[in-house]
Amino acid sequence: MIHLSIPARQALAKLTLPVLVAASFGLMLLGKADAVLADRARIAFADAMAPIYAVLAAPLGNLRAGIANTAGLWDLRATNAHLRTQNEELRRWQSVALALDAENRRLKAELHWIPDPAPTYVTARVVADAGGVYAKAVLLSVGPHHGIKRGEIALDARGLVGRVTEVGARSARVLLITDLNSRIPVVLEGSGAHAIMVGTNGPWPRLLYWPEGSPPREGEHVVTGAETGTFPANLPVGTVHYTSAHVAEVEPAALLDRLEIVRIFDYGLNGIVPPEAAKPLPDWHG
Amino acid sequence: MARRLDLAARHAFPASITILLMLLTEAPFGIVDQTSLLPAVALASVWFWSLYRPAAMSPPVVFAIGLLLDLLDWLPIGTGVLALLIVHGIALRSRRTLGRHGFALVWLAFAVVAAGAATLEWAATAVLTWRLVPPGAMLFQAVLSAALYPALAILFARAHRSIANPERA
Repeated sequence: MIHLSIPARQALAKLTLPVLVAASFGLMLLGKADAVLADRARIAFADAMAPIYAVLAAPLGNLRAGIANTAGLWDLRATNAHLRTQNEELRRWQSVALALDAENRRLKAELHWIPDPAPTYVTARVVADAGGVYAKAVLLSVGPHHGIKRGEIALDARGLVGRVTEVGARSARVLLITDLNSRIPVVLEGSGAHAIMVGTNGPWPRLLYWPEGSPPREGEHVVTGAETGTFPANLPVGTVHYTSAHVAEVEPAALLDRLEIVRIFDYGLNGIVPPEAAKPLPDWHG
Repeated sequence: MARRLDLAARHAFPASITILLMLLTEAPFGIVDQTSLLPAVALASVWFWSLYRPAAMSPPVVFAIGLLLDLLDWLPIGTGVLALLIVHGIALRSRRTLGRHGFALVWLAFAVVAAGAATLEWAATAVLTWRLVPPGAMLFQAVLSAALYPALAILFARAHRSIANPERA
């Protein structure tokens, strides 16, 4: 321990704050100059925290389910009646789907269709929000030797969630389709027109650049387009919805604000995968 | 020996509770817009302890908390550090004035400081990523910080008088 006189110590104490403020500017420059370092630090940190959050996720999930159950008891009767009618309807659709599936298979067999390779996938639990205030992303807890790579595609039970942007030893970060940096080639299912879905950090991403003469229609289904080689074709994305200001938005099919479990698919695509840390924010616009 | 340990624990309480609360805000509670809690907690905690226990919330501690904020919040590295250091500096300067006044004025001052810090973080993020990020998140963060402060202040004030009080060691 170095012994300093009291005035010297006071002077030193007064200097700490300005020096540290200068250091924070230095950090900003460093982070800008070497974004890989910053991202490595973040993902190393996420790796350390992911198992802890994963352990917490189960009891917290139970607690939430318990609360939802108790709330559900109130309108049990109404829910039951609603589910019965819905079930009837879904049964009708199931028979339609089975008939179409059989027909589809028969037609493909007649055409000597080359089937798409079945993608492999890993299922992972969403343990934390990894977006912060100015980005939309989630952190997944994955086991060691998970085999997840950057650029792979995340889906929940309903539709497209996003893409993997960072991979650690025990965690992976998925940038959501709603993030400001997200640009996804999509196809409007009704007209077959191509468009780009642009994230805004809001809950509903926007549609841009559709061909003249085939504007998206309200309620039209939106699926992924395969043109950039980053996505396979026909993954469900959502439905078109116009705002009151007549801006075409997509209501995502995936429950992006209540993600619990996602599947990470490896379609073997390596179209446009962003080089590691070419930009300060991990982004993937084409 | 036990007394020295006790003193050290009491001295480390403000930093530890801040870091613990920050890590807790990231736990999977499933609250909508939960991410805005993290900067709000960090700001409120640094403000409170810099005002009432600056010895335990020294600039290096604030620096470390800021770094944690940047890493957890995926902000450009350095922006959270800068914002928290400035909040700390303002708290130190206004200690004597604010100390004479009641809780309401401290809260009001915090609301202004938190709004300034949110604006600074937003501007620094926009400059460092060279993108105009929507200001909605910044406004929400400022309002949430101000709204959350009384609850945290009650908790901290209790700890300040009891388990974090070095005079009781």
